[in-house]
Amino acid sequence: MGWILFAVGAWIVGWALNVRLARLAPSRAVRLAMPVLFGVTIIAIWEGVVRGFDVSAVLLPAPSVIATTFAASTAILWEDFVQTVIKGALTGYIIGCGSAVLTAIAIDRSDFLRRGLMPVGNFVAALPIVGMAPILVMWFGFDWQSKAAVVVVMVFFPVLVNTVEGLQAASAMQRDLMRTYAASSATTLLKLRLPMAMPFIFNGLKIATTLALIGAIVAEFFGSPIRGMGFRISVSVGQLALDLVWAEIVVAALVGSAAYGGVALIERVVTFWHPSQRARS
Amino acid sequence: MRSIVPVLTVVGVIFALWYAAAIWLNAAWAYDKAKRADVALSTSELVADTWSQEKPRLPAPHQVGAEIWKTTGAMVAKGRAFSKRSLIYHSWITLSATLLGFALGTGLGILLAVGIVYNTVMDRSVMPWVITSQTIPILALAPMIIVVLNAVGISGLLPKAMISMYLSFFPVVVGMVKGLRSPEVMQLDQMRTWNASASQTFWRLRLPASMPYLFASLKVGMAASLVGAIVGELPTGAVAGLGARLLAGSYYGQTIQIWSALIMAAALAAVLVAIIGVIQRVTLSRMGMA
Repeated sequence: MGWILFAVGAWIVGWALNVRLARLAPSRAVRLAMPVLFGVTIIAIWEGVVRGFDVSAVLLPAPSVIATTFAASTAILWEDFVQTVIKGALTGYIIGCGSAVLTAIAIDRSDFLRRGLMPVGNFVAALPIVGMAPILVMWFGFDWQSKAAVVVVMVFFPVLVNTVEGLQAASAMQRDLMRTYAASSATTLLKLRLPMAMPFIFNGLKIATTLALIGAIVAEFFGSPIRGMGFRISVSVGQLALDLVWAEIVVAALVGSAAYGGVALIERVVTFWHPSQRARS
Repeated sequence: MRSIVPVLTVVGVIFALWYAAAIWLNAAWAYDKAKRADVALSTSELVADTWSQEKPRLPAPHQVGAEIWKTTGAMVAKGRAFSKRSLIYHSWITLSATLLGFALGTGLGILLAVGIVYNTVMDRSVMPWVITSQTIPILALAPMIIVVLNAVGISGLLPKAMISMYLSFFPVVVGMVKGLRSPEVMQLDQMRTWNASASQTFWRLRLPASMPYLFASLKVGMAASLVGAIVGELPTGAVAGLGARLLAGSYYGQTIQIWSALIMAAALAAVLVAIIGVIQRVTLSRMGMA
């Protein structure tokens, strides 16, 4: 009973504090504090409900139990992290995004190719590409190479479509100016069109970070050596070791948010001139 | 319309590459067979063999087409459209989970967006989490959600729909928040000079103004929802649905089956997105927006 009261209390206190904070001037600290407070409140309610109603650990482990498991099994988590994120997702992400940008620059030189490939690219970007996973696992074997291949296929089209669109962003006036400077097409590309395309490219890169992790993890459901986050999740679910599953999910969430945040940070440095970035500072 | 020729060219090139890749990838097995039978393969025989293997590494397009016809059209002709071997049956299973999840996700997304637009507390505390929620590879949760919901006694359609819902609510929230905020200050002031109540402002100004944004998000959400349903079917142990066909195919090395399920999923995605596109065009033109 005490734990249920704790959950209700946490809810009321958290909500009241957030309402109070919302009335303050939206300074930077307040902006940061409100979502943090919301998250802490949710975790406190979760803890209270799980303990108060005696929810079985097979259904939903309490946050404290997950934290304990996380601390106790860092070795396993690190091994899985290296296998899935560093070897699988990161390799695939770099290859996929790099080749997509290069392809986009190549396509951009031909109007015919662009008009032909864009509808196809848009179409493919909307397809359930994760489904390619079993085929690629069959082609590239069980180890991380097949995971990287799945990631390459998944990130390629969103980045391609965004980059091609971005390369069109420079206006005719700006291009004419480059021509009056007698700039070669390579110079125009480097000094004008690629910088102008950066906001679009980063949009694609941000979408691709999440897709890369999803691809690497889901591909492991179709066959994997005995390590990796997707493998551990599906095996631990079978063993009803849900605390370990949640620990893996915490790792995935941290990696996902860190990767997204990292790309957003680079975007801020690279596209400092863009209105959406200027408005914030 | 002037894009038709380039698009057809690109599609044609893709098919040509596909056939060429089929020769390249399947040649090893063809040579292997020929060696064991002790015959030398001429080029034409090699090509013919690589395009008609039973379990090729990469099936040729016509093999996939034949398999799809065998499991859809031919089954319908025999009057067994919903037998367990029919791809129509599996597509229907996946489609129902997709649509349910899509409806739930859209509903949740719109509610959250209205809350975020009208409530500062929600805007500042929930919105960052909505964005964070998408950086989490949610599909990793799929097996757990299915198993846990099964343990509570919820099985069948709903667990898969939950995954679809999680994937599809995000684009709707983001799009609707942008859309509901799209009326300009001047328009909002106009509503105030007419003494419009908050609900009148919502129904007559904010909601109609958000429609173009809503439809753009619905397209993204629908595609995401289908992915969710397919991945949701993987951990259930290959019972039914397109995801199950993928998994069963990968267990037994039935590449043609995998590809036919994949093409079916692609067609499904294309049709669903196209339907939303049609609704969008009709709605927006009747609203005088397009």
